[in-house]
Amino acid sequence: MGARTEIRLTVNGTERAVSAYPMERLLDVLRNELGLTGTKEGCGEGECGSCSVLLNGELVNSCLVPVLQAEGKDIRTIEGLATEALHPVQKAFLECGGAQCGICTPGMIVATVHLLSSKPKPTMEEIREGLNGNLCRCTGYTRIFEAVQSAAESMTSDDLKQLSCVPEKVR
Amino acid sequence: MSERVVGVAVPRKEGAAKVTGTAKYVDDIRLDGMLYGATVRSTIARGTIKGIHFGEGIDWDEFVVVTAKDVPGKNVVSLIVEDQPLLADKQINHPEEPILLLAHADRHLLPLAVAAVRIEYEAMPSVHSIEESECCKEIVWGEDNTFKTYTIDKGNIDEVWKDAAWIVEGEYTTGAQEQLYIENNGVIAQVNDADGVTVWGSMQCPFYVHKALMALTGLPEDKVRVIQTETGGAFGGKEDYPSIIAGHAVLLAKKSGRPVKIVYDRMEDMAATTKRHPSRTRHRTAIDKDGKLLGGEIEFVIDGGAYVTLSPVVLSRGTIHAAGPYCWPSIRVKATAVATNTPPHGAFRGFGAPQSLFALERHMDVVARAIGMAPDEFRRKNLLRSGESTATQQVIREPIDLQHLLDRALELSDYHAKMARFSKQNVLATKKKGMGIAAFFHGAGFTGSGERYLNALVGVDADERGDVRVLVSSTEFGQGTNTILCQIAAEALGLEYDDVSMAPPDTRVVPNSGPTVASRTAMIIGKLVQRAATDLKEKLVAAGLPGADARRDAFRRACGEYVRTRGELKAYSRYQAPPDVYWDDTKYRGEAYPAFGWAVYVAEVTVDTATYSVTVDDFVALQEVGRVLHPVLAAGQIEGGVAQAIGYALYEKVEWKQGRMLNNQMTNYIMPTSQDLPPIRVYFEEVPYQYGPYGAKGIGELPMDGPAPAIVNAVVAATGEEFRSIPLMPEDIFSTMYVNASTKISDEVTA
Repeated sequence: MGARTEIRLTVNGTERAVSAYPMERLLDVLRNELGLTGTKEGCGEGECGSCSVLLNGELVNSCLVPVLQAEGKDIRTIEGLATEALHPVQKAFLECGGAQCGICTPGMIVATVHLLSSKPKPTMEEIREGLNGNLCRCTGYTRIFEAVQSAAESMTSDDLKQLSCVPEKVR
Repeated sequence: MSERVVGVAVPRKEGAAKVTGTAKYVDDIRLDGMLYGATVRSTIARGTIKGIHFGEGIDWDEFVVVTAKDVPGKNVVSLIVEDQPLLADKQINHPEEPILLLAHADRHLLPLAVAAVRIEYEAMPSVHSIEESECCKEIVWGEDNTFKTYTIDKGNIDEVWKDAAWIVEGEYTTGAQEQLYIENNGVIAQVNDADGVTVWGSMQCPFYVHKALMALTGLPEDKVRVIQTETGGAFGGKEDYPSIIAGHAVLLAKKSGRPVKIVYDRMEDMAATTKRHPSRTRHRTAIDKDGKLLGGEIEFVIDGGAYVTLSPVVLSRGTIHAAGPYCWPSIRVKATAVATNTPPHGAFRGFGAPQSLFALERHMDVVARAIGMAPDEFRRKNLLRSGESTATQQVIREPIDLQHLLDRALELSDYHAKMARFSKQNVLATKKKGMGIAAFFHGAGFTGSGERYLNALVGVDADERGDVRVLVSSTEFGQGTNTILCQIAAEALGLEYDDVSMAPPDTRVVPNSGPTVASRTAMIIGKLVQRAATDLKEKLVAAGLPGADARRDAFRRACGEYVRTRGELKAYSRYQAPPDVYWDDTKYRGEAYPAFGWAVYVAEVTVDTATYSVTVDDFVALQEVGRVLHPVLAAGQIEGGVAQAIGYALYEKVEWKQGRMLNNQMTNYIMPTSQDLPPIRVYFEEVPYQYGPYGAKGIGELPMDGPAPAIVNAVVAATGEEFRSIPLMPEDIFSTMYVNASTKISDEVTA
């Protein structure tokens, strides 16, 4: 993996410097170096989406991103979502039964935030497509779709603004 | 129904932690000085170990190495039969069998070290199918490759054939299925003189692990402590296997003197851990001239893999469910679990029933077609009625109306109108549509005398502020254990839902309420929680304090008063069988389960005759599960089970080569995505069950049983071709519809 090197990145709005192998997975750096264990590993090969994070506003599987590629980028994880109260998407997942075992939930919520930031009122077809990279083994997705619809209905323009969290300069 | 908390969609207890990502799963925990463990596994299916070689390029002094020689005492995984070693010593019986363990502080170095260990083998012939195992050319287990057999005999089956208007035979097979919980298996172990052994892990049954570790270490009960961490899905896949991983981590921790974490990656988890048993079922059925069942013979065989593990229990449930919810005047079920050189198959939601019920409900359609009767009509004539008895001669005392359930499911799915329309449209269409039915049941709780042997113990305690805790070893892994048990306690005590919490799932804190399996948590454990809560109130009354009928504030004050003056306020409740329950373990006769969940499901599919793919367009799931404790969680259980069963029917195929799973990745083992599933329409009929908490029965496994036969019945209705195996892949439909059209197997139908 080569020698460790210092890599700078912005995580949930805070600039961080980490010492990591350049080819180390962004997922491992988030979890092990930065202690952000809300991002989960399910498959390690970009199929299940449990490790979904936003990288400069794009939805990525952090298990497929070498940390080198995140240098200077803006990363948003599940931990960056709830401030004092639950984010409307989190609240909707909680109320609609969109989370069962919870292991896919952080990735699913990040994917939902990404979907709603570009499509604030998604159709069922758009929801199904928007979440097709995030696997859930518990719910059969029905209640996740309901949660997305419920979040879309309840979100204010301020919430939507919060979704487009990426600073203008890197967008 | 006047309950305040039960039946209400309260928020999931651990829900906020899950949606914020703060819930701690085992891989989220790091202890000081912790090492990471990895497993060296066999690459052959059967043979003997001739040597272990540590290759060059690795600084082996940095690694902790554990072999079978480091196992103190007997080298077995303690479960039912002691035939499975914790680490293979000489004999190898399946691919991916653990041989050697390694630990190191740097996680990244482990895969390199595992690859550098070379095991020298002398290979032996191996067995890889039910048929190969049955023919006994190679004996790979015991004297005849047979783990277990059961026979159910009701009426006089040998006499029915002469009176039959029709005799219909059929053979049906089902494949292995991977549980595919999104969180892989993992544990952390710590060993020291003061505390003994402590294990944290992703698991369903802390006391199974506790028992296995006591046997492994020889330590007394109080020196082994098992704590369940937040568990990211299980579905049966974390029932027995965590005992193995925990054993491995304990051996490494003991040898190194440091905490050790073993977390499998996806490929290792899929290749090495348990799956649903593959099965073969043969039916021979006698029907009279009116379309009534006279009798049937069912031969049910499951592939158990290389060691006994849970196969006898899985076989038992499959055997009892094999005759389904029908009235058979005579029936004989002969069931066998056989050995092959594959990693042991294990528990998976449904536990043998999805296999034998797939065969049965497919066969019911085959029979209906053979005797010229509509599938719904044939079922309606033969479904059990109250007062009639099941294959084990269990008289149905619940006031069920399966004919009504069937009619309602047909109405909800618009079955008759759509079938009529499809049969016209299909003639010229390349996309052919069809509908299929499955009527089925699932027993809640352990089979037969099981609950009496388990002897579950449940507690409820209250602190000085009147905050109440539920004390159980029943675990949460998505189903909603925490939520429903707190609802029940709150209801029984007149408290608010938020006043009640779960004690940590830690064997040092909670009593042994048995394993979290077999659709037993809501019905059996829920009832014990209700009773313990009632006993807690009575303790207050006995102390002259307001307890029974006290309002919330008075109750809380009374708890405070009690704790201050008398100390601990805690009540326990132990399992008591409902009255008039009789079960004969040798004859397999009597009350197999305290209660059943009943269901009729209807699937609507499209078969594209250009691509041979099947799409499920609509799915109606109607069931009677007693009182629904939580409408959102209950519907979520059904939806999730149906989704998993759609995968079982159409997508999830384990490819084997010499007993090893070849497609052990999410890339090539395909589970349903958000774009693959139909609207799953869930309906409940609620007939309160007398001995369940507030009338509830079990629910978790039921939805796994019906979808596969309903879907394949629908594919048959759409195409007019016969399909008798799952998973039903596009290539199977292609080969049946075109390539093998002329050699299609026809039923033996005799007049």
